[in-house]
Amino acid sequence: MSTPFLEAVALACERDWRLLFDKLDLRLESGEMLQISGPNGSGKTSLLRLLSGLMQPTAGQVLLKGQPLEAQRSELARNLVWIGHAAGIKGLLTAEENLTWLCALHQPASREAIWQALAAVGLRGFEDVPCHTLSAGQQRRVGLARLYLSAPPLWILDEPFTALDKHGVAQLERHLANHCEQGGLVVLTTHHSLLEKPAGYRELDLGQRAA
Amino acid sequence: MNWTWFHKLGSPKWFYEISGRWLPWLAWAAAILVSVGVVWGLAFAPEDYQQGNSFRIIYIHVPAAFLAQSVYVMLAVAGVVGLVWKMKLADVALQQAAPIGAWMTFIALLTGAVWGKPTWGAWWVWDARLTSMLILLFLYFGVIALGQAISNRDSAAKACAVLAIVGVVNIPIIKYSVEWWNTLHQPATFKVTEKPAMPMEMWLPLLVMVLGFYCFFAAVLLMRMRLDVLRRESRASWVKSEIKSLVGKSA
Amino acid sequence: MSSVFTLLLKRETRLLFRRPAELANPLVFFAIVIALFPLAVGPESQLLQTISPGLVWVAALLAVLLSLDGLFRSDFEDGSLEQWVVSPHPLALLVLAKVLAHWAFSGLALVLLAPLLGLMLGLPLGAMPVLLLSLLLGTPILSLLGAVGAALTVGLKRGGLLLALLILPLYIPVLILGSGALQAALQGLPAIGHLLWLASLTALAVTLTPFAIAAGLKISVGE
Repeated sequence: MSTPFLEAVALACERDWRLLFDKLDLRLESGEMLQISGPNGSGKTSLLRLLSGLMQPTAGQVLLKGQPLEAQRSELARNLVWIGHAAGIKGLLTAEENLTWLCALHQPASREAIWQALAAVGLRGFEDVPCHTLSAGQQRRVGLARLYLSAPPLWILDEPFTALDKHGVAQLERHLANHCEQGGLVVLTTHHSLLEKPAGYRELDLGQRAA
Repeated sequence: MNWTWFHKLGSPKWFYEISGRWLPWLAWAAAILVSVGVVWGLAFAPEDYQQGNSFRIIYIHVPAAFLAQSVYVMLAVAGVVGLVWKMKLADVALQQAAPIGAWMTFIALLTGAVWGKPTWGAWWVWDARLTSMLILLFLYFGVIALGQAISNRDSAAKACAVLAIVGVVNIPIIKYSVEWWNTLHQPATFKVTEKPAMPMEMWLPLLVMVLGFYCFFAAVLLMRMRLDVLRRESRASWVKSEIKSLVGKSA
Repeated sequence: MSSVFTLLLKRETRLLFRRPAELANPLVFFAIVIALFPLAVGPESQLLQTISPGLVWVAALLAVLLSLDGLFRSDFEDGSLEQWVVSPHPLALLVLAKVLAHWAFSGLALVLLAPLLGLMLGLPLGAMPVLLLSLLLGTPILSLLGAVGAALTVGLKRGGLLLALLILPLYIPVLILGSGALQAALQGLPAIGHLLWLASLTALAVTLTPFAIAAGLKISVGE
């Protein structure tokens, strides 16, 4: 077997003396999409944070291309788009300023590209508006606009569909499926069932695992 | 150099077994050394020609002050080991040692105040050593409070480690600045703790007491750590059988 | 890499200026604390002048501490810190930019306000250069050390008081050196020794604390 892109070996996560999951093994190849589901408090977000290196596992380890995550932070940073529950959007800054900074931090992009990305998520005409005046769904779109810019292969998204309208959800689903079909890798949590699933779709139910 | 012992230290089970074997020795050593030191120091050591019998409080004050300072350094060392080698036992040691260190600092301050009354005529004097000790107590409070405030125990240990390391870098700076401050404001005060030469009969019991205090600290630390290891590893099968046998013995 | 540093400086500046009230709060606090003392100990100018070095410094220390409580809070809540941690840039560099921007507007404003308050306490004009210099050298240390505490407590619901408990003991050398410099100046003695010590502590703080701040933020984000 070839080395998978992202791998979890005997992962355990404990929060406040409560074991969320234990002996979790995962192998994720390019082109796959993994939906993590389960009831509230089953450790979905924790698992995402472990995979993106934000959190340290209680036991086990996460491997990126066969190497421990700890040893190659820069490699991970080059390959990863992480959009958490809060996407790092400042209410006092405009949509464009926010996106420009996030790009500068990760993968620099031109002004045109940023405007195009904002247009792609349906925010044409809102580029110069401070984000705190936008609706919750629009703010989420500002964060998601990063997915329409540069394309590092690994996307780890925590509840990306929250606050999006029906059209926005369908569009994002299509975009995620597209990314997988082009050899990307998406790991996400969401409560709704996806309508558009790429060929490499899998689901991991943390609630059932524990039961 | 053979590092297996170092990695073995990371195993809670191994630690629990080995510390169980050391504990009685340390406890007995502490008990014997402290009782010998107390009797020797309080009853047999000669009287001080300047301070009379009141100097005898150094047999408590000095060991406590020694320990208070070295425990803080130990916290920082445990912090480095915990952060760099991710050794869980270092986390345990850090968090369990902090309250003992705080108590030792408190004892040093208290005995310092008791000593100050006959010597300076006041319970509290802003002497450089006492002031540094007070600041050290605050530093301990910080580490303990931070550990209590963070609910996730791994994060709590790491945060305490960072704080202890920052603190230990600061301690020499604090110490020298306080000494400087003190000499600027109170030139040439009578310094009790700097005897030019202590006769052998005086410092030998002190040495015994210092050793006794260190053994006492080690014994208490091991006891606290063993308890915490049991709590942390409560899901492991060896802990369950250990608890069963302990409960069975007492029942 | 350095471009990210300047970009972050610009971004922080922009953020600070879009909510100017937050910049003013520590300054007003500083002024109020100083105004409290004549009311508490009486208006005799001789007494006020004697205690003014300590007074200015304690007030400055508390004002910096107060302003630091929120240093990383909004970044923590809106997910910015997570983005910093997963970015390819060294976190220590990013936090240095953040603290520098914060100091440039809150700490520096404090330094500029201090002579005015010093005059109200009866500090002679001759002591003003030392007051300015000592605060200029000392407040960056206060900001950087305080940021370590802010990083460690950012995830906690009520971090403010804990922050003070963690950090105030570490502020003591700065307090001693800063007020010592001012006292020396008041007595007509050279203050250069104090100031040089402060300068070396500043250099030490700038080089070492960013790593501690970064470690603290990683812990807080990883919780």
